[in-house]
Amino acid sequence: MVKDGIVVQSIGFNKYLPVGKPAIAVEYLNQWGIDEIILLDISATCKQISPDYSMIKKASLKCYVPLSVGGGITEVRHIRELMHCGADKLSLNQSAIFNTDLISEAAHIFGNQCVVVSIDGVKVGNGYCVYDYIKKTNLKISPAEMASKAEEAGAGEILINSVDRDGMYSGYDIELINSVCEKVTIPVIGCGGAKNAKDMIDLFQNTSVSAACAGNFFHFTEHSVNVTKASILKSINVRLETYANYKENNINEDFRLSKKADSVLEEMLFMRIEKEVI
Amino acid sequence: MKQLKIVIIDYGVGNTHSVSNAIKHLGYKQLKISDNEQTIKEADVLILPGVGAFDECMKNLKDSHLDTILGEQVLENKKPILGICVGMQMMAEFSEENGIHQGLNWIHGMVKKLDLPKNFAVPHVGWNNVTIEHNEPIFSRNDENCNFYFDHSYYFHCNEEYVSAWCDYGVKITAAVQQDNIFGVQFHPEKSQTNGLKLFRSFFNSI
Repeated sequence: MVKDGIVVQSIGFNKYLPVGKPAIAVEYLNQWGIDEIILLDISATCKQISPDYSMIKKASLKCYVPLSVGGGITEVRHIRELMHCGADKLSLNQSAIFNTDLISEAAHIFGNQCVVVSIDGVKVGNGYCVYDYIKKTNLKISPAEMASKAEEAGAGEILINSVDRDGMYSGYDIELINSVCEKVTIPVIGCGGAKNAKDMIDLFQNTSVSAACAGNFFHFTEHSVNVTKASILKSINVRLETYANYKENNINEDFRLSKKADSVLEEMLFMRIEKEVI
Repeated sequence: MKQLKIVIIDYGVGNTHSVSNAIKHLGYKQLKISDNEQTIKEADVLILPGVGAFDECMKNLKDSHLDTILGEQVLENKKPILGICVGMQMMAEFSEENGIHQGLNWIHGMVKKLDLPKNFAVPHVGWNNVTIEHNEPIFSRNDENCNFYFDHSYYFHCNEEYVSAWCDYGVKITAAVQQDNIFGVQFHPEKSQTNGLKLFRSFFNSI
C-alpha cells in the first residue's frame, strides 16, 4: 500500500505508518520469493490525480513477479501508460464501483486476466457492505453482489479486503471472504488482518480462495516471505524456491523460526554458499 | 556473453516494460522496445510480448503492418522469435476469443477457451508446474517440473508435435510450443522469477 509515494502500514483504513520506498520494498519481497505483488496507491484517487507513473516505473525495475497496480485509474489511457511502466495487471476499486464500463472496456482491450477488481468490505449487523474508502461511507451493495457484477462485466480476479481487520493482526475475515468466493467463479484473493502463516493456513483451509494477500506483516522482518511459506508448506503445498528455503527449520507455536542446535550452527560456519549464476 | 540485438515488439497493449526489465537484468544491453521496421530487420532475435485480448492485439499488429514485417523476418529470414502469452497465441491460425479472429498462422492450431472441470477457476492465474517434453533449447537450464506464472483464459490447441511443455490445470494445457525458429510460451517468463530468467538465458544462448 502506497500513500504519497511511500509504502505505508495501514491500520483500519484511517491510520498510516511509513515503511519506506516502494522500489526497495518490491526488490526485497521479490528476493524473498513472493509470488505476486499488488501495489495500491491510496492517495492518487483521493487527490483526483492520475497514477504516479515514475514511482511505478522505479518500483517495477526489480520486480520479476507479476505486479498489479491500482489507484487513480479512471481511463483506458491510464492503463495503457501503466503497461509501459512495468505493470502487468491493474486493480480497480473506485472505478469498479462508479464506472463499471471501465472494467468491460479494459477487459476487452487487455484481456480479463489483466483486470483485478478490489473490493473493501465492512461488517454491518449480520451482513457486509462495500466500503467507499474515499467518502468513508458504507454503500448499499454487498461485497458478494459487487464481485458478481464485476465478474459479469469482465473482471478476471477479485481482491477482497476487510476494513475491520485491516492492520489489526486478528486473522482474515473468513465469513466475508467466503461470501465472495461463493458468488463468483473467477479467482479470489483474500486480504486484511493476516498476522502470520497460521492465518494464511486458516484462510486456505476454510475458504476456496486462490491466494492469500498480506501487506503489513511482510515488511517488518527479514525473509518474512520465505519463512512464512516454509511454515505454510508444512500443511499446504505452496511454491518455495528461494535458496534460503527454511524447509529444515523448526517453527515454534508463534510461527517464528526456532534456533537451530549449536552443533548444526557450528557446521554451518564452514558451509560454502555459491551465488547462483543464471 | 554474446551481446545480441534484441527487439521487444511494441504493439500498444503488451507489458513491454516488464519484459525489458527481466532481460536487462541478465545483462543484455542492446535491447530495444520498438515497432520500427528497420529496427526489427536489424535485430538478431525478437520477443513478442503479450497482455491483451486476441482481437485487439491482432488489430494493433495489422494497423502498424507488423504482421507482414514479422512474417517476413520470421518465416523467410528464419529469425528466432519468442512469443509470450497472447504473443504466442497470435502464432496460431485463429482464436475464438471475442468471436473468431485470424492469427498470424505460423503454427497450425487454434486458440480455444479453457474448458475446465468444476473447482478450477477461469482465468487460470498463478504458479503452475510444467512438464517438459523438449528440453532444447528454451528449457535447457530449467529443472524438470519447474514452475512458471500463468495468467490466461484461452489456450493454444495444437498437434502434440509442436508442444514442448504442458501443465496440468484440471486438463492438459499447452505451456510452450516450438517449430523451427518459432517459440512460444503461455506463461510469463518475465514474471516467473529465477525460472523465467533461466528460460530467457537458454533462449538467447541458443542463438
